[in-house]
Amino acid sequence: MGEKVFTFSGGIHPPHFKKQTEKLALANAELPKMVTIPLQQHIGAPCQPIVAVGDLVKVGQVIGQAEAFVSAPIHSSVSGTVKKIGKFLAPGGATTCVVIEADGEDAWDESIQPTKNWLQADAKDLLRIVKEAGITGMGGASFPTHVKLSPPKDKPIDVVILNGAECEPYLTADHRLMLEMPEKVVTGLKVMMRILGVTTGYIGIENNKMDAVAAMERAVADEPGIEVRVMQVKYPQGDEKRLINATTGRVVPSGALPMEVGAVVSNVGTAAAICDAVVEGKPVIERIVTITGSAIEQPKNLVVRIGTQFSEVIEQCGGYKGTPGKLLMGGPMMGLAQYTDEVPVIKGTSGILVLSEEDARLPEPSACIRCGKCVDACPINLLPLFISRYSLNGDFEAAEKYRAMDCIQCGSCSFVCPAKRPLVEAIRVARGEIIAKRRKG
Amino acid sequence: MKNKLIASSSPHIRSKDTTTTVMRDVLIALAPAALAGIYFFGFGAVKIYLLSIASAVITEYIIQKFILKTSVTIGDLSAVVTAVLLSMTLPVTAPWWIPVIGAAFAIGIVKQAFGGIGSNFMNPALAARAFMVASWPVIMTGSWVTPGVDAVSTATPLGLIKESGGFGALSEAGVNFTDLLIGNVAGCLGETSALLLILGGLYLLWKKVISWRIPVAYIGTVAVLYLVTGAAMSEILVQLAAGGLMLGAFFMATDYVSSPVTPKGRLIFGIGCGVLTFVIRKFGGYPEGVLYSILLMNVVSPLIDRYTTPKVFGEVKKA
Repeated sequence: MGEKVFTFSGGIHPPHFKKQTEKLALANAELPKMVTIPLQQHIGAPCQPIVAVGDLVKVGQVIGQAEAFVSAPIHSSVSGTVKKIGKFLAPGGATTCVVIEADGEDAWDESIQPTKNWLQADAKDLLRIVKEAGITGMGGASFPTHVKLSPPKDKPIDVVILNGAECEPYLTADHRLMLEMPEKVVTGLKVMMRILGVTTGYIGIENNKMDAVAAMERAVADEPGIEVRVMQVKYPQGDEKRLINATTGRVVPSGALPMEVGAVVSNVGTAAAICDAVVEGKPVIERIVTITGSAIEQPKNLVVRIGTQFSEVIEQCGGYKGTPGKLLMGGPMMGLAQYTDEVPVIKGTSGILVLSEEDARLPEPSACIRCGKCVDACPINLLPLFISRYSLNGDFEAAEKYRAMDCIQCGSCSFVCPAKRPLVEAIRVARGEIIAKRRKG
Repeated sequence: MKNKLIASSSPHIRSKDTTTTVMRDVLIALAPAALAGIYFFGFGAVKIYLLSIASAVITEYIIQKFILKTSVTIGDLSAVVTAVLLSMTLPVTAPWWIPVIGAAFAIGIVKQAFGGIGSNFMNPALAARAFMVASWPVIMTGSWVTPGVDAVSTATPLGLIKESGGFGALSEAGVNFTDLLIGNVAGCLGETSALLLILGGLYLLWKKVISWRIPVAYIGTVAVLYLVTGAAMSEILVQLAAGGLMLGAFFMATDYVSSPVTPKGRLIFGIGCGVLTFVIRKFGGYPEGVLYSILLMNVVSPLIDRYTTPKVFGEVKKA
């Protein structure tokens, strides 16, 4: 293809492992009999329950609400009875959850109605819909989307970029979404552009998903101002600042947000959720999850209700193959390791990855040979070998001087290190110490 | 199941490269030139390689096992790489104890005494060679033979130029450029075949074991300096192909531990090596400047790293 391929400097090429699921069409997971819905599934203030034990709830009904601006309401994903409200284990640690026993009716709340004339709705109403639908970044970081779409007046936005890179190995949720529901993604993008008053939109997709590129290009064919940008397969291509750099050439200043260069970046899954919210009035009650890995019997791409236990989802994929060694929420580069499968799917669960004991085993670190591969791989131009060494020696001031706080924690350095040193892991320790010190000081 | 899951921090996958695979690639890259050394100089070369490897590995084993009582890392092949590199800088006429002492010095003093792999501040093979040139100068630099069965005493191409003070001495002695490229000239075991060393260097570049910066900056600087000082193209080519330049530029200067890690630092390092090599070859007392150039630059490489820290992505210039 004669198309221009966009990219950034640095980065790595981890093996994809996407073959197992990239050809598998989306399917609906079975309706759960019981859901455990955490009241904090996003970065920002946790929600307070607005239901009580014994209440009857319906699908899409608000069960958690917060006054804070940086927060997103939580909705019930099933119809049934509230059984418990209390602390339960969630992928990010124990948090207040609402446990609902489903009645099997799957009855939707009456309030959920399609928006009339949403094409004519004004930006304010659209923004309110996004907020009330509880939309948070579906790529994994889970930042409340309405906050992103409300930039301060002095930061004019001129471009919305959708992240369809899906650069994490193993994951194919975004790939299938773009292939099967490209028009939803485009509609969501148009809504975001309308809210922000922007006329330019890019959809960045890595060139290992040319079928998704083709589907998206067909979907935007009649949309002036929206363009699909094909990007080189490279990790971390999907990182916000990498994506802005690759698609527009703009450089977000260190420590600043994308709005500084007039850009808003959102995941394609977020755009699809916005489409559901605006067109159908549907809040976030489900999401696409890629269930895969060497210890999963039948890898799948499933649409799963929020609050479904990982163990149940895994059961629907034929259960474990052999003995699982590691269970992750998300991809292998930045995913969160879980020590049990008794945790619920949340809005940010892009994948459930289970590695076999053999694949989970981490190699023993040996001495740094100063090969500089971590330096070449770092997309931020840091010197991970030095920062990690200072961190391990407890010299956090030196680590800070070497710009530990600029690290995006993509893990490229640890991945490439031939001596198998825990580079990003040590940098994280330094960052923790530096932040703690700043708070004290 | 609960207690069996590993819950470590990301990333959860690692590349297949290890220190051992990197060292193995270096050995593969060195093989053609090393084998050419055996082809041209005969069985004596085999003896030197084997003695050197055995001495390096045994020294590392004894030090780690009995003196430091740490884990033994001879399996990472780094000692073998040092031994092979050292052998390649020895003349075939060297007596058996030269590779034995040299390799033991390289591993025992230059590498392990400073903390083992990753901590030596100089390239061990080169530092050992420097030590031996100082200790046994006649054996190390004065006993060259022509390749082949009827080996007779002669000087190396660079030695000829140095002694006679002119480039014309080469053709008078019957050394032509093709021989120089292939390695059919007097010299150290593994540094005579420029062509095969370049081949090995390209392999390392292809395997991404080394970056282009040091070798290109090094060789380029030497070429440019001869060019601007008015050397003829033929002389420039001889200067590039002769002596240890290719071995040094691709295999010694690129030694991870003793060279800078920053992209800009690698260029500066390479240029520094090039300038010093030119100066020593042109004005110094030795015919060959690669050894000391790299060692001197090794010493300043931490300094180079410090002053060439790359600009962080999105770093705003301080007003």
